[in-house]
Amino acid sequence: MIPASFDYVEAENADAAIAALTEHGDEAKLMAGGHSLIPLMKFRLTTPQVVVDIGRINDLSYINDGGDHIAIGALTRHMAVETSDVLKAQAPILAHVASHVGDPSVRHRGTLGGSLAHGDPASDLPAAILALNATLVAKGPNGQREISASDFFTGFLETALASDEMLTEIRVPKVPDAGWSYQKFNRRAQDWAIVGVAAVSNGSTNVAMVNMGHTPLRSAAVEAALAGGASAADAAAVAAEGLTPPEDLNGDAEYRSHLARVLVGRALGEAMS
Amino acid sequence: MQVETTVNGKAMSADVEPRTLLVHYLRDELELTGTNVGCDTSSCGACTVHIDGESVKSCTMLAAQARGAEITTIEGMASADGTLHPMQAAFMECHGLQCGYCTPGMVMAASSLLKENPNPTEQEVREGLEGNLCRCTGYHNIVKSVLTAAGGA
Ligand SMILES: Cc1cc2nc3c(=O)[nH]c(=O)nc-3n(C[C@H](O)[C@H](O)[C@H](O)COP(=O)(O)OP(=O)(O)OC[C@H]3O[C@@H](n4cnc5c(N)ncnc54)[C@H](O)[C@@H]3O)c2cc1C
Ligand code: FES
Ligand code: FES
Repeated sequence: MIPASFDYVEAENADAAIAALTEHGDEAKLMAGGHSLIPLMKFRLTTPQVVVDIGRINDLSYINDGGDHIAIGALTRHMAVETSDVLKAQAPILAHVASHVGDPSVRHRGTLGGSLAHGDPASDLPAAILALNATLVAKGPNGQREISASDFFTGFLETALASDEMLTEIRVPKVPDAGWSYQKFNRRAQDWAIVGVAAVSNGSTNVAMVNMGHTPLRSAAVEAALAGGASAADAAAVAAEGLTPPEDLNGDAEYRSHLARVLVGRALGEAMS
Repeated sequence: MQVETTVNGKAMSADVEPRTLLVHYLRDELELTGTNVGCDTSSCGACTVHIDGESVKSCTMLAAQARGAEITTIEGMASADGTLHPMQAAFMECHGLQCGYCTPGMVMAASSLLKENPNPTEQEVREGLEGNLCRCTGYHNIVKSVLTAAGGA
């Protein structure tokens, strides 16, 4: 399978990428690792006229101590996140979740920024980013702005990024002593989560889910129950409340709702112990 | 567009369309047909090569993205005098292949794995190869081959 024809532009830095987006508008797509975009282009589910390759902007591949947070460049590959000693110490859930993405060859190419910007409700990394309450930094023609993780995912494969904006950095709070858990349920090696649940417990407890709606999401019902003093078991019982899980050959809504209750129970058990 | 790379230590160049996948650049332009296409949907790993020393599925990368990169394919694993790479020798010794279709990708993925984790456990080998499918062997002898190459079996 070969993608439809396109013009290829290599951007040397973020400003050049944003200039190309501004010039070509909706016809252009950024390509980071290409590990979501190329499969879609091969099936011709997307046919950009212009591909702007940002994959070699090395300045945007870093994991730095930013004081109260860890700053991660958007072009940082999954393998670098997974093996980062700084992240293992300061936000271990993120390194752990990165290690559950696809397989090693996928993790050598795919980037954290690409995974978030793609906005796939089934992808793993958004769960960690939501449960950590990270901040995303976007750059556009008029400068830079910060977006809270909970405001970032707006619809199926849609995010708060404007068409001329690029994700440049992800800021993850340091939570070295927090309890955490990631429960990914799938049935085949290297597969996506049928349902995934991330929990971070640091005083209060944040719970995020993947593949339980149109977007990766924070579980309002579980978090409210916990804040109101419910036990972990009672909080897990409301895990599917108010949600419309997708239905596909892996499971219908009822099955996913059941999985969500079980996985939230396990995640809370691990994170809050 | 002209795509210049270094493949198995040699400078290479080909004029391709931007939409050309790396696997087609290698197979059709450079005539290095050891890299196989199995699924064409990023799942099976038959197309695995090394980009700057790391395993990558070449059906899921544009040739353009590899501009300037050092690429190693299965053809570049044995020495010039024909001595097999230790991973190839281990696959031969342990019967790590039957039809051989998955083998180039398995050898490339497994050698990348050992670079990152020189002494893996059996479980780590199985997880490290989860992106490579084999329809014949049932994986047992593939895992044995990798552990043998690592010196641990
Ligand atoms: C076989 C296989 C298995 C996989 N399994 C999993 C899995 O189990 N779990 C999982 O979570 N993911 C999985 N993935 C997806 C993988 O994690 C991708 O790497 C990731 O989703 C996208 O990252 P990328 O850098 O490759 O982005 P690309 O494919 O390059 O881009 C994806 C989208 O994001 C946009 N984009 C990229 N970077 C930016 C940026 N900095 N700013 C703004 N927009 C940007 C692009 O325009 C595009 O629309 C799998 C992929 C494959 C091929
Ligand atoms: S052909 Fe590339 S992964 Fe199967
Ligand atoms: S040996 Fe036949 S597919 Fe692996």
